[in-house]
Amino acid sequence: MAQVKTEAEVRSQEKLAEGVYSMVLYAPRIAGEAKAGQFISVYTKDPSRLLPRPISLCGIDREKGELRIVYRVAGAGTEEFSHYRAGERVQVMGPLGNGFPLKGKKAILMGGGIGIPPMLELMKELDCERTAVLGYRDELFLNEEFAPYGNVYVATEDGSAGTKGNVLDAVRENGVEGDVIFACGPTPMLRAIKAYAAEKNLECYISLEEKMACGIGACLACVCQSKEVDHHSHVHNKRICKDGPVFAAEEVEI
Amino acid sequence: MDTRVTIAGVELKNPVMTASGTFGSGAEYGEMVDLNRLGAVVTKGVANVPWPGNPTPRIAEVYGGMLNAIGLQNPGIDVFIERDIPFLKQYDTRIIVNVCGKTTEDYVEVVERLGDTAADLLEINISCPNVKEGGIAFGQDPKAVEAITREVKRHAKQPVIMKLSPNVTDITVMAKAAEAGGADALSLINTLTGMKIDIHRRTFALANKTGGFSGPAVKPVAVRMVYQAANAVKLPIIGMGGVTTAEDAIEFLLAGATAVSVGTANFFNPYATMEIVDGIEAYMKKYGVEDVKELIGAVK
Repeated sequence: MAQVKTEAEVRSQEKLAEGVYSMVLYAPRIAGEAKAGQFISVYTKDPSRLLPRPISLCGIDREKGELRIVYRVAGAGTEEFSHYRAGERVQVMGPLGNGFPLKGKKAILMGGGIGIPPMLELMKELDCERTAVLGYRDELFLNEEFAPYGNVYVATEDGSAGTKGNVLDAVRENGVEGDVIFACGPTPMLRAIKAYAAEKNLECYISLEEKMACGIGACLACVCQSKEVDHHSHVHNKRICKDGPVFAAEEVEI
Repeated sequence: MDTRVTIAGVELKNPVMTASGTFGSGAEYGEMVDLNRLGAVVTKGVANVPWPGNPTPRIAEVYGGMLNAIGLQNPGIDVFIERDIPFLKQYDTRIIVNVCGKTTEDYVEVVERLGDTAADLLEINISCPNVKEGGIAFGQDPKAVEAITREVKRHAKQPVIMKLSPNVTDITVMAKAAEAGGADALSLINTLTGMKIDIHRRTFALANKTGGFSGPAVKPVAVRMVYQAANAVKLPIIGMGGVTTAEDAIEFLLAGATAVSVGTANFFNPYATMEIVDGIEAYMKKYGVEDVKELIGAVK
């Protein structure tokens, strides 16, 4: 898989919820190779902010050569991105990371907060029975876009929609069953999902995040603790950008 | 037009190399960078045994630069000799192996193991701010710099480059100490010790609290130190610290560096090294410079 750093053109930008934006980029060389669970590095235009922002792919349109990212404004860099309009040119690198394995007969896709976007492309690419369980603090986004591909359950912390609580509360309340779990979200959520999968003896894949610099496995900034000795440094540190971001849950200590 | 430079008897096709720790052993960049175009690849530091490095978060962005506290995670010399040197041997570039250790014996062990390999030069890291033992402990005391240089030289088959820390009062004292110990060349600067605090979480941005500051913002400090060191010792100097463009590289050459290392720039522009090689040639053409060596230390 050859990654490339290239100029992309913004096709559209839309605010989905408070602080959450959806941006479509025309980047045919990346879109042609990308798959669900991979990410791109997006570079700001301010030269005082050197490092790219790693953002997961929410949508891949190989025919149109477009990538969609849905991201949360977390600082000055993502704030800058949120002001881009159609026609803006932006430097991006990708596709990066390994992506989700497309497997299972009955998949449960669990997304929490800004971990929801990568699950949408996975929902489209999986070719099996699938259920999405989406966890929010309060305001919903993207949930309706999952509906054409399977069942969708939501959980909100404030109880304003769906189950009051987290994704696992929604799984239990709705009796969601499957043979494989795919998940992305905050670490406490992933930790709970890993334990749930172990208890139910389900295959489970989780997508992790960490501060990154290079995005291609060279700088060793974004490591996570792995159960087995890693093949790069022969310690117990897998690189989230290169060996991940998707790991079999039992492969990593979170 | 002649872009060749020589460091301790080793000829490089051009003065552009990678800075240790920013380029792995080249494999990760192989898809995007033609390694044959580089003067040398300087590898990530390697120790006698695998090192796991520091807890995360290991990096933080700061204005015009970044902080890192990777902690010299590396696979150890066995894997390095078996995997990374054969990889680099496939390319027409010089191999400079960066060596790290916690004790003098650690450094010596790695240097001896490298003796019969294809490594062209050894760069001894006595200046990493992110590991407690070794690293910086050696690099801030002139007596220790001289002693470890002498000990490494006694066991090294290849020429030895000592990589110096900028976290000292007077860089010329350290440069002279390395020269007195028998160093063949100097690399400077390693990163400046820095800190960032996350005011929203009220915690340190790095798990290690402090980290090495690098990137374009440190360049004026690095140029000044290269100039001072170049005027204090007779050794060739590899200049680094914020080299992002060909203009930066030329500035270092004019200050007295024989070659430059490109570091943090690789993270935000993976093509930086090749663009700098092209840019130096364009500069030479524009100003009618026949030999890149004419630029070295040309500003007195």
